[in-house]
Amino acid sequence: MQLTDLYREVILDHNKHPRNFGRLDPHDAEAKGHNPLCGDRLTVTLQRDGDRIADIRFEGNGCAISVASASMMTEAIKGKDRATVDALFQRVHALLTDASASSADLGKLASLSGVRGFPARVKCASLCWHTLNAALAQADASSASTISTE
Amino acid sequence: MTALRSLKGVGYDVDQLRREFPILGQQVNGKPLAYLDNGASTQRPQSVLAAVNHYETHLHANVHRGVHTLSQLATDAFEGARERVRRFLNAASTREIVFTRGTTEAINLVAQSWGRSNLGPDDEIIVSALEHHANLVPWQMAAAATGARLRVVPIDEHGQLRLGAFLELLNDRTRLVAMTHVSNALGTVVPIERVIDAAHHVGVPVLIDGAQAVAHLPVDVRALGCDFYCFSGHKLYGPTGIGVLYGRAELLDAMPPWQGGGDMIRTVTFERSTWNDLPYKFEAGTPNMSGAIGLAAAMDFLEALGIEHAAAHEHELLNAATAALMRIPGVHIHGTAADKAAVLSFTLKGVHPHDLGTILDHEGVAIRAGHHCAMPLMELLGLPATARASFACYNTMAEVEQLDAAVRKAVEVFH
Repeated sequence: MQLTDLYREVILDHNKHPRNFGRLDPHDAEAKGHNPLCGDRLTVTLQRDGDRIADIRFEGNGCAISVASASMMTEAIKGKDRATVDALFQRVHALLTDASASSADLGKLASLSGVRGFPARVKCASLCWHTLNAALAQADASSASTISTE
Repeated sequence: MTALRSLKGVGYDVDQLRREFPILGQQVNGKPLAYLDNGASTQRPQSVLAAVNHYETHLHANVHRGVHTLSQLATDAFEGARERVRRFLNAASTREIVFTRGTTEAINLVAQSWGRSNLGPDDEIIVSALEHHANLVPWQMAAAATGARLRVVPIDEHGQLRLGAFLELLNDRTRLVAMTHVSNALGTVVPIERVIDAAHHVGVPVLIDGAQAVAHLPVDVRALGCDFYCFSGHKLYGPTGIGVLYGRAELLDAMPPWQGGGDMIRTVTFERSTWNDLPYKFEAGTPNMSGAIGLAAAMDFLEALGIEHAAAHEHELLNAATAALMRIPGVHIHGTAADKAAVLSFTLKGVHPHDLGTILDHEGVAIRAGHHCAMPLMELLGLPATARASFACYNTMAEVEQLDAAVRKAVEVFH
């Protein structure tokens, strides 16, 4: 396994210039992710439009893999509906852990396939996706509670 | 400053020494291993492995129980290890040497046993900003159970204890000072002699977390006068799962047991029990005999090598590595105390410590990247993490050069 498999140009670029970096205010949901082992922390804020993620931002501090993964995730899911986002998460998760997973049609996210060769770093790449899931669950719960109180 | 003898003329032969540690001869990721994570755990010499193997092969049975020969042999070996530890620390008696799982368990023992019987509402425990979680969390737990509170001695910009602030924190509510001897995250050697003198002057006992110190500084608990001293075997070229609590007999005698079970009792009825003598009162259950025997062998190894000689060698490596890394643009060294053990904590601008750790590993260099189990200290320094190289007796100048080249590689990867 070469270092350049892990630190591909697109990953280094997203680490240096993260896209959709910052907070959305107002937002429909906010979730914080923390990897206590390495101290990576990130916060995801998002706005929904019905079933779609209308806008999303992230902020925090982490290694190149976690920052680049979060940056590419926000690009990939903005404007997408929930089913598409869930399917993407499954594909990325498979890409990070399963050598037989296909990276076809994953675009920039395919650059994360090199993480698989560095098992200690898989959690860095998946932290943003777990945080996104927590934010979506929170948005679901708050819209559900809105419905139940009406 | 710790007195360091020059190595010139003592014949410190690191190549010969490394032959005692076959694990160091391997390749990692196609590169020679440069093991610079000694602050986390040291490797064991053949003599330690042989002592453990000899015990397991020829002497093992349960201790303090059987009338049979093997049990007596195992007991003799285990108690011989205790005597070896007593000599290593220059303790007055083996009654003061309690075997534990490690530093963490030793501190928890004191926090639970001494803490719960001596702390009350508004009492204060003084710790420093340098503490490892192991010398912080047990006191938070004891404080929560008793209503006591923690007071934290700040550090200066070099990572040195602010002694003046410590003296101001000492007051008539202070019940205990619990402080590290050497900072695991920054390498600072704390002037514990002065801390102990000041605390004793107002009648306050002192516990020292010596986990990072014992392999690098000679420790004489009677000369120090400390009340408790805790350390682990695996940071001293010994096995994991074995550690030591040294406690002054007067304090240990007055403390209640913290775990109940076999070996720690004298008599047991269904209604009540009476406690065994020191140190057995604090060693419930079958102890880690092979660990204790391995630890004793590690002490033989280190004393034959000479702790001062090893420390002088490590200091040469630390100085060379510090100078080399300071020449790399973007490198910042955290912890610049005048008196430091061989710990080099650093960050590289634009490269997260975890990326640094991965790149260094790829170049065969094993370091620690993270918060070093000292989250409050990291927060104080405004850092999520650092990279830490820590040196031991068997490291070489070639490994320092390998570290230097690997950090430069990280600069190149992240240009």
